Parts: sequence; C-alpha cells; structure tokens
Amino acid sequence: MDFLNALVALSNFVIIPAIAYGSQLALGALGVTLIYGILRFSNFAHGDTMAFGAMLAVLITWLLQSMGVSFGPLPTALLALPFAILGTMALVLFTDRVVYRFYREQKAKPVILVIVSMGVMFIMNGLVRFIIGPNDQRFADGERFIISVREFKAMTGLKEGLAIKTTQGITVVVAVICVALLFWFLNRTRTGKSMRAYSDNEDLALLSGINPERVVMYTWLIVAALATTAGVLYGLDKSFKPFVYFQLLLPIFASAIVGGLGSPLGAIAGGFVIAFSEVTITYAWKKVLKYMLPESLEPSSLVQLLSTDYKFAVSFVILIVVLLFKPTGLFKGKSV
Amino acid sequence: MSDTTRTAALFGLVFAMIALTGTMQSWNVALLILNMGLISAIMALGVNLQWGFAGLFNVGVMGFVALGGLAVVLTSAAPVEGAWSAGGWRIVIALLAGAGTIVGTVMVRQRMAAGRARNIATIAILVVGFFLYRGIFDPGVAAVEAINPALQGNLGGLNLPVLLAWPMGGLLAAGVAWLIGKTALGLRSDYLAIATLGIAEIIIAVMKNEDWLARGVKNVVGLERPVPYEIDLQNTSSFVNRAEGLGLDPATASSLFVKLNYSVLFAIVLVIIFVMAQLALKSPWGRMMRAIRDNEVAAEAMGKDVTNRHLQIFVLGSAVCGIAGAMMTTLDGQLTPGTYQPLRYTFLIWVMVIVGGSGNNLGAVLGGFLIWFLWVQVEPMGLWLMEVITAGMPEGSGLKKHLIDSAAHMRLLTMGVILLLVLRFSPRGLIPEK
Repeated sequence: MDFLNALVALSNFVIIPAIAYGSQLALGALGVTLIYGILRFSNFAHGDTMAFGAMLAVLITWLLQSMGVSFGPLPTALLALPFAILGTMALVLFTDRVVYRFYREQKAKPVILVIVSMGVMFIMNGLVRFIIGPNDQRFADGERFIISVREFKAMTGLKEGLAIKTTQGITVVVAVICVALLFWFLNRTRTGKSMRAYSDNEDLALLSGINPERVVMYTWLIVAALATTAGVLYGLDKSFKPFVYFQLLLPIFASAIVGGLGSPLGAIAGGFVIAFSEVTITYAWKKVLKYMLPESLEPSSLVQLLSTDYKFAVSFVILIVVLLFKPTGLFKGKSV
Repeated sequence: MSDTTRTAALFGLVFAMIALTGTMQSWNVALLILNMGLISAIMALGVNLQWGFAGLFNVGVMGFVALGGLAVVLTSAAPVEGAWSAGGWRIVIALLAGAGTIVGTVMVRQRMAAGRARNIATIAILVVGFFLYRGIFDPGVAAVEAINPALQGNLGGLNLPVLLAWPMGGLLAAGVAWLIGKTALGLRSDYLAIATLGIAEIIIAVMKNEDWLARGVKNVVGLERPVPYEIDLQNTSSFVNRAEGLGLDPATASSLFVKLNYSVLFAIVLVIIFVMAQLALKSPWGRMMRAIRDNEVAAEAMGKDVTNRHLQIFVLGSAVCGIAGAMMTTLDGQLTPGTYQPLRYTFLIWVMVIVGGSGNNLGAVLGGFLIWFLWVQVEPMGLWLMEVITAGMPEGSGLKKHLIDSAAHMRLLTMGVILLLVLRFSPRGLIPEK
C-alpha cells in the first residue's frame, strides 16, 4: 500500500507534470532544430514566435467565446489553434521575406543571422506587448480535470490522490499527433525528403535541382505551426504571459542542443531529458520518501535538492555537461 | 565629409538632442539621460571589447552588470551585527567545501584512467560533496537570515567607501567571467551565446534567492553615495545663496547639482576606460585580437594562443560591464535584483554596439548615448504619435484607450526596427571600424 501511495504521489507531482512540460519543450525544440538544420542559425526569436502564436490563439479564443462557440469539455483554444497557426505562418513568412532572405542571398555568417534574429525578437516581443499587454491572461475553459484528486481517492481508496489536468492530457495527445505528422512529412513526402537532403548537404541538394527557397518556405511554415502549438499548449497548461515565453528560450535551446542541433529525434529526447531533470531536481521528495522509508529514517526536511527558482540552472548544467562530453548531442547533430 | 567631421557631427547631434530635452522637457530629465547614457557607453565599451575586438558572442551582459551591483552592497554597506558569528563563517566554509568538491572531481577526472572506476568515483565525490555542502550551508543561512529579517537578514558589506565598490564590481565580474570562460569559451559562437544567456539567468536567480547575500528580492535600499544629499545642500546657506544668485529655487538646484556631480564622476570613468580601450586597440595586442577574430586558424598557425587570448578579453570585457553595473547601482542608491531583465540589460547593450559600430570604441560610446536617449524618449514620442493617430476617434472608444495605453511598449518595437535597419543598410554601424 505504501509503495502504491509513493508511486501515485510520484506520478502526480513528478511524472505527469514532467511529461506535459517535456512535450511542450520538445515541440519548441523541434522548431529551433529545424531552423538550425535548414537555415543554419540559432533563432533567438523563437520564444517570441511562440508568444505571438499563443497570443493570436488567446484573441481568437476570446472571439469564439464571445460568439458563444465552445468545444464541449475541451478548451475552445483548440478550435482557435488552426487560425492562430495560419496567422503565425503569415508573420514568419513576412519576416523571412523582408528580413532573413537578404542575408541568405548574401551568404552572411551564421552569427550575423543570430544578431538579426535578436532584432526580430525585439520586434515580435514589442508587437505582443503592444497588442495584448505584458500581463497574465487566462484563456483555458472546458473541463479542468480528466481525473481529479477526490475521484481518484474514491476510486482506489489510496491515501494519495492523482490529478490529471485536461490540459496535460491534451498536451500529450496534441504533441504526439504533431510529432507523428512531422515525421511522416519528413520521411514520406517529396518535400520532406528534399528538406532533409538540404539539411544534410546543401550543395548536393542544390545540384539535384531542389529549390532552396521552397525548402526554406516549408521550413518556416512547419516552424510556425510547431511554435504556435507549443505556445498554446504551454499557455493552456500554465497561463499566457509574454515574458515567460522569452524565458522558455533557454530550456528550449538546451533541449535542442542536448538532443543534437539539427536532429528532430534528438529535440524530442532533449525536451524530455530537460523536463524530467528540472522537475525531479526541484521537487521536494519528502512526500514520496515518507512512504518508501521506515519511520525511523523519515526525513525531517523537504528533501528538495534545489529550490524551484533554480530550474534554469538545471537545464544549463545539463547543457554544459553534454557540450563538454558529447558536443554533437545525444543524437549526433551538427557540430559546425 | 571626412571621418572625423562625421564622428564629431554625430556626437554633436546626440548631445544637441539631450540639450533639447533639457530646454523642452526639463534639465533634470536631460541629466538623467546623460548619466545613464554615460553608464550605457561604458557597458557598450565592454561588449565592444568582446565582440568588436575578438568576435566573442556574449549575451550574458546582464549577469555581469548585476554582479557589479552586488559588489556595491558587499563593499559599501555596513556589516550586519552578529551575522558573521551567527553563520557567516559557516556559509564561507560551505562554499569552500562546494568549490573543493568541484576541484576534486576535476582532479579525479584528470588523474584516473578513463573507465568505470573513474565514473563511479566522479559520481561518488559529487553526491557526497553536495550533501556535505548542503549540510554545512543550510544551518548557516538559516542563522543569518533570522537576524532582524524585516530590515537585514543578510551578511552586509565591508563598510568601505562606495567609490571603491566600482573597481570591486569589476573584480567580481572578472572573477566570475574567468570561471565561465574556463568552461564555456571552447564552444563555438552559437553555443557560447546560449551558455552565456543561461549564466546570466543563473546569476540573477542566485541574487534573487540567496537572501543572506544581499537580501534577494527584498532589495537593499539606502546605499551610500559618493555625492552630497539634496536635503543637506538645501540646508546649507552658502548653496542656497548661490542657487538664488543663479535664479533657481534650492530644490531644483540641489537635484541638478547632485546629478551633475554624478555626471562628472561617470565621465571620468568613461574617459579612463575609453583611453585604455583605445590604447589596447592600437597596441600589438589589439592587432593580434583582430587577427584572431578575422581568422582563428591563421592566427593559431602563427603561434597565437587563441583560447587564452579569448579568455583574457572575455574577462576584461566582463569586468568593464561589472564596473558599469556598480556605477548604475550607486546611481540608483539601491540593489533590486527583480528589475534585471535580459532585454534591457543584455540585448539593448548589443543594439548599442551594433548601431554605433562594432570594433570601434567611439562608435560604441556613440551607440550607448544614442540608443539610451531613444530608449527613454521613444515612450513620450510614441504617446504623442498615438494621440495624433487617435485624435479623430470618438472619445471613450476602446481602441483609442488601448492604443494610448500600449504606447509604452513602442520602445521594444522601435529598438528592433533600428537594429534591423542598421544591420541591413549600414551593417558596420554609424562609425565603422577603420
């Protein structure tokens, strides 16, 4: 019984939140990794692209809600998501047209493109703050829980409860669908294959008649879809706040690099590695240990390795360790 | 137009704009802009050392600026009575134990042959070291933070003159930069950028959470200042008389006088750092740095020690940022870790360097003044613009209210547009490198 209680407590506070967070990070890191693979620079504006997409979804959700449209037990934001993706696609294609294309034609050094993306980051950040303001916005509606603590306790008779939020369930389901679609696209379609070819060897791809502008356009479209989805899922799960998306940049980059920049599979693995380490290291283990250890050994303190405010430090340390010992990441990425 | 006249004209333009602020808004605002402009120029010089001279992509400026601020508290604040005996030494011993663990790990990894034994030893040392560190550390922190928590609860400082805190800020930033450089400088540019971005966040997280150090988000206020207080000046009869002789009321005169004092102090520091940076740029060392920047492989083939030179300039540039950070905290009179934001303290400095002209010290200084001026003045300009745009809208319309309320966020947008325009049409900046 104690073992079951410990397991339930562990799932409730560590495993389920980490899976949801990991899926969000993985979607974000996929975007970063695709840009890196095809356009060959680290996109600092990615966090703010996510914020922009999520903002569109929030606005459309409000519009739908005011029109009385709802999605039953699911959040209305899911209905708004496709429209938000279209809006974000328009924005990133526009930025590519007026900003990035010039440097691509010049064959500018990657570091110049990174600085350019800093400028784009400023603009997108300003745009989001200008339109929706810097404050917290809640836009989740529908059922709050798939299983609530009370239901779970009544069902199993255990002392510990297990809650699965609807948003957590949706995050995982949507993330799985997105990743499946992405891999199908990359591995099975002609465009997807040309994208991989272009990422592997630019000159050879050009030689075999792949149109680079087309590849770049598709990349931006996919990145916009991934970023918006990640942004909306994160916003549903926590809450929408522009500045938080900017701060997500660090764990997202860490995920992409840990997995190996340029490798989609690595981005997903990296997202979960980062999420699980952040949650386990900042979780107070007292509750779980209480069930696992005999009474005499019961811990008096919270048994929290690091306070939650140091979660950035966790992603960072993992990043440094991986870079020092395996510079190409877990799944052989690029190391140009 | 020759280069010199162009440079002079650009500087003249910026100072004319500041002077115009003085006549149209108030001289108080103008001096505030000037003072922060001076500090920004120093930060820009620091980033220019790293990026312009050596091509190091450091986006952790915020962290070093914040460390400078921390140094002000640690140097000039009065020590908290009983804090050291209560737990201060314990904390120091704990930190030494932590450092010892890391040194031990590194040594084990260097001495032992690769294999399972080495991995087990590494993990064992790290785990034991961590719990040892927490075991010594936690009671010490609890004891220190229990002392008068409403006002103190930290270790306090050394009670030294506040001007000494400025070089101390540089030293603290340099020390941390050395540690970071040792681990992260081997990485290529993108990775270094992400690493420094992370380090800055961690430094801020430490300053926010370690209350024993400088009270965390509870802030340290009322720091010592190197200039007289306004209230004292207003009570000095000779000052009041002279102010009245100039036709100013004592309150305005005293606040202007204090700000001018700061301006002079900051200008002295700026000139010293600028001259040193200029000498460095023109010296053989500076030429070597630029050679490394332009072609690392060739420089290495000529026998230059690229890694060590990078470390050197990374430490120097960070120290300059630390000095500027200490000056800024002195100007504010308080340390508020919650206000450090990467957009303002890292990326804005980068805009300054790029817009001014990376690789050119004068350019960085110009960028510091110009971008800071715009950062402050875009808000009223945006408000004015919004009022013009919304003039035709009906009173009380939601859109009108939203547009006017959002004018404050125009500055980020403007900075992005300026950065992109400069990168596109004048990629070498306003005053390009020679």
